[in-house]
Amino acid sequence: MLRDTVRALAEAKIAPFAAEVDEQGRFPQEALDALTAADLHAVHIPEQYGGAGADALATVIVIEEVARVCASSSLIPAVNKLGSLPLVLSASEDLKKQYLSPVARGEAMFSYCLSEPEAGSDAASMKTRAVRDGDDYVLNGVKRWITNAGVSDYYTVMAVTDPEKRSKGISAFVVEKSDEGVSFGAPEKKLGIKGSPTREVYLDNVRIPASRMIGDEGTGFATAMATLDHTRVTIAAQALGIAQGALDYAKGYVQERKQFGKAIADFQGIQFMLADMAMKLEAARALTYQAAAKSERGDNDLTFFGAAAKCYASDVAMEVTIDAIQLLGGYGYTRDYPVERMMRDAKITQIYEGTNQVQRIVMARNLPK
Amino acid sequence: MKLVVLVKHVPDEAADRLFTAGVFAADLTVDRDGLSCRLSEPDEYAVEQAMRIARRRMDVQICVVTMGPAGAVRTLARALALGADEAVHVLDDALHGSDAQATSRVLAAAVERLGFDLVLCGTASTDSGMSVVPAMVAERLGVPAACEADTVWVGEDEVMVRRDEGTAVVDVAVGMPAVVSVTDRIGEPRYPAFRSIVEARQKTLRTWSLKDLRIPAAEVGLGASATVVRSVTPCAEQRPALLVEGEARGAAARLAAYLTEHQLI
Repeated sequence: MLRDTVRALAEAKIAPFAAEVDEQGRFPQEALDALTAADLHAVHIPEQYGGAGADALATVIVIEEVARVCASSSLIPAVNKLGSLPLVLSASEDLKKQYLSPVARGEAMFSYCLSEPEAGSDAASMKTRAVRDGDDYVLNGVKRWITNAGVSDYYTVMAVTDPEKRSKGISAFVVEKSDEGVSFGAPEKKLGIKGSPTREVYLDNVRIPASRMIGDEGTGFATAMATLDHTRVTIAAQALGIAQGALDYAKGYVQERKQFGKAIADFQGIQFMLADMAMKLEAARALTYQAAAKSERGDNDLTFFGAAAKCYASDVAMEVTIDAIQLLGGYGYTRDYPVERMMRDAKITQIYEGTNQVQRIVMARNLPK
Repeated sequence: MKLVVLVKHVPDEAADRLFTAGVFAADLTVDRDGLSCRLSEPDEYAVEQAMRIARRRMDVQICVVTMGPAGAVRTLARALALGADEAVHVLDDALHGSDAQATSRVLAAAVERLGFDLVLCGTASTDSGMSVVPAMVAERLGVPAACEADTVWVGEDEVMVRRDEGTAVVDVAVGMPAVVSVTDRIGEPRYPAFRSIVEARQKTLRTWSLKDLRIPAAEVGLGASATVVRSVTPCAEQRPALLVEGEARGAAARLAAYLTEHQLI
């Protein structure tokens, strides 16, 4: 029922704008409105903060079905989870009430600021500083690749509070868009997910009350990594959705496209490609759902499964979308058909929330016992 | 105030290629087990309308009723997710192949058993599309029917509907209890919110048989049907063709005019 509902909503209210959003590189406002109206914009927020209280698997299904028609739009529920999960995991009750409720009501979105120009895969080498000054902290630095920057009202910012301690000297804070000293860079000119704004966030002597720290001082990096364990599953979901969209489109196309007097779906070469695509996709889905169950239960081996699901599903999404283009031939290579957009969108899932090379490091360090 | 919404489980036109093989069973009834089915769209508007009435008053209880095969529980689940409070499924093997008269008799009996102030339903189902059941149910219940409503106002003891009849817009007021059928101009149904999908699982869904409604099995179903389907022939889809003839410049201008007129460009 949930999948049917989200699919119907996505096809009616989000899909019609997907190509335009990509072409014009504009924010998918229609998708945000439709998702908010159906209470699907941030389903993961617990009920006590006014949220829908969806478990990890339900969140995966929502993201998957939105990504099936528009990957840019699927970043609305996905990044709302990424940005707000540090609070759900570690913040004080007051901070949760203050910031999760507006997100649950659809009045604000949440972004996650970890990467910096010089600190990507090696996130612990970040330079953004937060210096205590009386009851406040003063933040200075630059965060890069921030999804939905400028649109979101709230930002979870990781900053160094004690440079001596490296990763143990990093703390997490909630920064508001309206805080003095917060500004944004020009939107990045990206290959895919063009509808989702990616910008730098500049923090210039941003003074915030100490109560906006998420958890204790020095726990920010641990919180950031714990968050990624859970949200990598949502990136896997996104990859699944993109791949499913491409497979569904290609499946329909080969039944209609006629060459040599018959539908090309009648050729075994085509059938084998579709069989491989569907097989890989279902394998990725099984791994992702398994990881989602572990995310919900908070199992010890979540780190491995989250990384494995993200890595495998995103690799599959890349393969499936490229094959979908191949199935459409020359048409697939044009922007008149959606599969080339899906391929461009799929590529980012191999890169963000840790490149797939980093996922392999994570997996190797956390091999199942 | 008790609202009863009559809903139907119909083949999903978007999901299957209808009117090809497999739509009809051997007895020429629609084979709903073999097709993907959904809540009939006009009935979805009726559920939405019930929700809108409920939002304006504190005392509304919405019950959805369907008569249909075992698979129709999905349609009821959908109506519950859309916001109805409880559901009744009239399920009985003897009902297979019932015509509109039998359907209205069963639905009226179910509505009577539930008790009601207002019965809402779509103007017609999207499969058979006869649009007679609402009036028949009203007749059997002995209450007024206001059909094809574009707008509904519910007062204390009367319900007003506005209907667009093409040449005139008619306002009709009927005393409650009453039966009202609604058109798709009445307001687009919402998508169920996440929490209401989850809550729908906890809601009561009752299953009633013909015995519960005290209707003899022999008086409904295919055998008792007043109409008989002898054969079904697929109708070739006809698209009106436009052939633009004449010398190129004039033909191009006429084609452009045609496209503009039909708002295609």
